Amino acid sequence: MSAPTDATARPRSGAAPTTTPPGVGTRLRRRTVDSPLVFLLPFLLVYALFLGWPLLSGLWMSFTDIALNGAGGAFVGADNYTEALGDPMVWRTLGNTFLFTLMTTVPLVVVALTMAVLVHTGLPGQWMWRLSFFLPFLLPVATVALVWDFLYVEDFGLFNSALGFLGMEGLGWLTDEGVAMWSVALTTLWWTVGFNFLLYLAALQSIPDHLYEAAALDGAGAWARLWYVTLPQLRGTTVVVLLLQVLASMKVFDQIYLLTAGGPGDSTRSLLLYIYDVGFTGYRFGYGAAVSYLFLAIVLVIAGLQLWISARRKG
Amino acid sequence: MATQNVLADRRATRAAQARDRARQRDLVLGGGRGPRIAALTALVVLAALWLAPMLWGLATSFKSEGDAVSLPLTLFPESGFTLEQYRNLFAAGNVQMWMFNSLLIAVLVTLFTLVVAAPAAFAMSRMEFRGRAALMVLTVAAIVVPPQLLIVPLFQQMVTLDLVDTYTAVILPQLVAPIIVFVLKRFFDAVPRELDEAARMDGASYWRLFTSVILPLSRPILAAAAIFVFISAWNNYLWPFIITTDPALMTLPVGIPNILDSYGTFYASQLAASMVAAAPMVIVFMLFQRQIVSSVATTGITGK
Repeated sequence: MSAPTDATARPRSGAAPTTTPPGVGTRLRRRTVDSPLVFLLPFLLVYALFLGWPLLSGLWMSFTDIALNGAGGAFVGADNYTEALGDPMVWRTLGNTFLFTLMTTVPLVVVALTMAVLVHTGLPGQWMWRLSFFLPFLLPVATVALVWDFLYVEDFGLFNSALGFLGMEGLGWLTDEGVAMWSVALTTLWWTVGFNFLLYLAALQSIPDHLYEAAALDGAGAWARLWYVTLPQLRGTTVVVLLLQVLASMKVFDQIYLLTAGGPGDSTRSLLLYIYDVGFTGYRFGYGAAVSYLFLAIVLVIAGLQLWISARRKG
Repeated sequence: MATQNVLADRRATRAAQARDRARQRDLVLGGGRGPRIAALTALVVLAALWLAPMLWGLATSFKSEGDAVSLPLTLFPESGFTLEQYRNLFAAGNVQMWMFNSLLIAVLVTLFTLVVAAPAAFAMSRMEFRGRAALMVLTVAAIVVPPQLLIVPLFQQMVTLDLVDTYTAVILPQLVAPIIVFVLKRFFDAVPRELDEAARMDGASYWRLFTSVILPLSRPILAAAAIFVFISAWNNYLWPFIITTDPALMTLPVGIPNILDSYGTFYASQLAASMVAAAPMVIVFMLFQRQIVSSVATTGITGK
């Protein structure tokens, strides 16, 4: 860091094109300071060490039987991969991951859109609406999980009390295999919808006024304006939001780990939870790395597919 | 005089904002009352639904353990609200320690992420060098790689480097934020080149161009990026959870569920702890709402 400071200090002291020809030393120093490498070095170092290296060493690990404590490490060829493809838990947790993605993506897009369209009406209370819808997104997952765990408690939770008040039977929100994934999805909706809400709100604010003015001249009411002006203008944003949401939902770990730890049974265990279990509870790092790489391949295929579809839509 | 002017200005701005809102309302909803009432009702219902969980948690954190779980549920407890849970929590001391860790780690991650990303984004935007195109492609490709899938090899790496249970290990992998490099580069690209040509003509080095022309012009995007990185770092769970086993090094999100195991099922104290964990972000949001909103909208490409 000292070299760049040197260089900035110098031109400031005198008018820029130096009156005396710079000595060899200064020229050399200037050339070093002006080399792209100086700007790129921290970036290259950090990314090589903490992205490039783990990507490569993980790939190598996935072909070995290395354990959490570093024991083993013998090359086992594609054994981990063949085992993973035949592992029913890989398929089960992959299925759970897709299920969670499906359960969360649709409401996370629809509810976010609804909120943004409502706030975009410019009705009074803007500050309050933004606070209510976006604030949960800023909460640490520990807070989210504990608050919702308390809502979901069977005997004295708010939800079952409300159901009881309506004369209905309470649910095993986190203990019933058929319900738990829905509960996790509901918590996720509450927690993260604010992010998509903001993306939509930003897009809404860039819709030009003259479109609404034209619609008004045509005598369009509120619904017609929503249907023929607002929603068509949001198509591009929806593609982006969908892409981000699917990728984000696939990576689910935090809230499931804290709410159900993958249970009851394995009904909420996501693929990332399984990778954690295999690697850090089962100590099988090589196998965990192999499952991670299969997962990465799926993520890349989905991302590629979505980009291809959105590129085709544009073209 | 000056204060009066400021106040008058502020009033004028408020009035202008109100006019804008009314205009927008009429544009989007038309002039009729029906749609306005329907939209307002929907907003109130949604906002109530979205606020209720936190408010219920907040209210319960001020109850005694007995009142927290007594049926039928009431918002106002029989024996009144109490600070008991918070007193116990702070007396135990862990929460203050974790809050310090969270703050230290989030600040350092934010600072170093920008120090790493901004010069690199500048070089990719302004300088000619071999492999520039390839570097850009790699940066964009890196955005798609979920860091969560690297926990196994990253942990192994930290074992090899003997860094498990250190701040360094918590911080370093979080500095990889290709999205920030990408966003900054896009912003730098939009800064007119005439500015740097003038500076270059005056004999300014690239470094000077970067520090005295580009960076000062980029304050808003740097602030947006900083806010985004800070929020992500403050709330990051998986990596700090995996790499720290020593309670003295844990961050708030990792530490809080951890003590709760020893509490058993004492809901009021659990909720008090989770409210304390939430408080800093709520305060930050209240203070910087507009900046946070625009930060997420511009940088918001990563998501949870």
